[in-house]
Amino acid sequence: MADIVLDKVTKAFPDGTLAVQELNLEIADGEFLILVGPSGCGKSTTLNMIAGLEDITSGELRIDGQRVNDKAPRDRDIAMVFQSYALYPNMTVRENMAFPLKLAKLSKEEIDRKVDEAAKVLELTALLDRKPANLSGGQRQRVAMGRAIVRSPKAFLMDEPLSNLDAKLRVQMRTVVSRLQKKLGTTTVYVTHDQTEAMTLGDRVVIMRAGAVQQVGEPQQLYDHPNNLFVAGFIGSPSMNFFPATVASGRLTTALGDFPLGERMRGQVAEHSGDLIVGIRPEHFEDASLIEDSIRQGGAEFSATADLVESMGSDKYVYFTIEGEKASAAELEELAADMGSGDLPSGGSNLVCRFSAESRVKEGDTAKVWVNLEKIHLFDPSDGRNITLHEGRTA
Amino acid sequence: MAVIDQTARAKWRWSLIDLVVIVFALIPVLWITSLSFKTPATITDGNFIPREWTLENYRNIFSTDQFVRALVNSIGIGLISTLVAVVLGTMAAYAIARLDFPGKKLLIGISLLIAMFPQVSLVSPLFEIERSIGLFDTWPGLILPYITFGLPLAIYTLSAFFRQIPWDLEKAAKMDGATQGEAFRRVIAPLAAPGVFTTAILVFIFCWNDFLFAISLTSTERSRTVPAALSFFQGASQFEDPTGAISAAAVIITVPIILFVLFFQRRIVSGLTSGAVKG
Repeated sequence: MADIVLDKVTKAFPDGTLAVQELNLEIADGEFLILVGPSGCGKSTTLNMIAGLEDITSGELRIDGQRVNDKAPRDRDIAMVFQSYALYPNMTVRENMAFPLKLAKLSKEEIDRKVDEAAKVLELTALLDRKPANLSGGQRQRVAMGRAIVRSPKAFLMDEPLSNLDAKLRVQMRTVVSRLQKKLGTTTVYVTHDQTEAMTLGDRVVIMRAGAVQQVGEPQQLYDHPNNLFVAGFIGSPSMNFFPATVASGRLTTALGDFPLGERMRGQVAEHSGDLIVGIRPEHFEDASLIEDSIRQGGAEFSATADLVESMGSDKYVYFTIEGEKASAAELEELAADMGSGDLPSGGSNLVCRFSAESRVKEGDTAKVWVNLEKIHLFDPSDGRNITLHEGRTA
Repeated sequence: MAVIDQTARAKWRWSLIDLVVIVFALIPVLWITSLSFKTPATITDGNFIPREWTLENYRNIFSTDQFVRALVNSIGIGLISTLVAVVLGTMAAYAIARLDFPGKKLLIGISLLIAMFPQVSLVSPLFEIERSIGLFDTWPGLILPYITFGLPLAIYTLSAFFRQIPWDLEKAAKMDGATQGEAFRRVIAPLAAPGVFTTAILVFIFCWNDFLFAISLTSTERSRTVPAALSFFQGASQFEDPTGAISAAAVIITVPIILFVLFFQRRIVSGLTSGAVKG
């Protein structure tokens, strides 16, 4: 067990592309840290640099206080779980798990004991004599985990370990991974592109974009107080709604309507008289007929026609199309491209609202929607910065 | 029912086509086998199954030093060439499949060029070169050109095999504490084994079958291989055709190849890499 420190770590490929730029991270002993971001953001490169599978161009990597930049992977004493599992197909499950111990030249009895122990933890005991070819996806995934935990390394590195499982198994394995990490208390760096995994698994989450860290923090903090447009759009499902907005004399003009700004925000936007982007999470809308009077004045109301209502049982997702310009910023385009929705034709912006299950809104209805103005975020479209962050809440 | 009928009929049709192909390929082999068992008197009688069986032809070829010596040459030269070509080919193919190095495209291009090069055009220069440096009619004199032409074959087949092996396995081995050498020896090599065997067989067959270099670059029994030696077989008298002896020798040199392939068939065919990665 150990802490891992990345000090201005940079990775430049021979063709000049900067995969990771001056990354600073301190991963505490026993921490479960998630690296998340769209594909090509440098998260896997970062993991490979920690593993020693990629050279570090500049900067320093310290594990347990020791500089390990030039150490081979085997001298770093860290284990890795690969997205493809990378099980040795010519070896049985037992041999697969014993491989790192054999290389460490442990005695036969010790190897057997450790393998049996790890197999018990992961419920692999019955499968020990099988070859990987005869295992299901979930079983292979557990063998890959087993091979990592068996030698009690200083840290685990996991590269999208669940992305090859089907949806149901993925949720199940998520809890397995989480419990295992808590139980072993081993420092873990986990790479994923799935924001749900990031939110549910990690003690802390690092959001990366184009080789640079966007924000580091606890999942809830990232969700409630995103530093910038990118983080705001990346975290949360369904994602935050964005609209262009202008502010003048304390009022916010958007495609949804004109809203008065609160005291706090009025101060924050004072020096931003130009265009802004307003971001509102789906759960900060509500069917206006369900709002109690006591909280009604904390928000504003507008009317819109519901395109689609998805009832989830516990609540309802209501989709609206709002006429007018779409919010545009480099960050939003990148997010849209990553989700594969960059070129979806749509006249106007989509608005997703999460209403209580009691809402009676139906498709085609013109609904009165209440929006909680306390919870809105305002972003500067030029650099994507969140200008409504509370003092001291910037990560 | 209709579907079953159709699949049954398709099966029959395919079996028939398979049979035709097999017969087409095997008739000459069976014919030469049959000739090898015929006596000199019946050799031209045109019967597919010999009327009189004899082992005389086999006894004859093994009683002459000419054939035994040629067989030793063939086996020795073939094995050494194969070993060297496969060892060098394995290293080159691994590098081509795994690494990006300057001149990689050039290397692949040159090896393809060599594979395509008409060997006939090299015979005269090689003859002159080998005579002047004293390699003519020696084992190395044949081994060197065999390696030259076997190597591109080895590199191409092996790099295809190496490309199939997921690179993650090597990374995983390194993470598990293996050195580069250990990762290759304990993880990559066992997986590449079927490819190495396949390649070895292909290269060996190439060396074993070669006639052009064998006839041009040798002059005595010292280094003459079987295909070349066959053409020097003589009948018992000046007026006797050595057909029986040549047939017997041809059968003898076909047998090792058949055994080779049968023996390693399972290794060649087996999908050893299945299950390494997600499925």
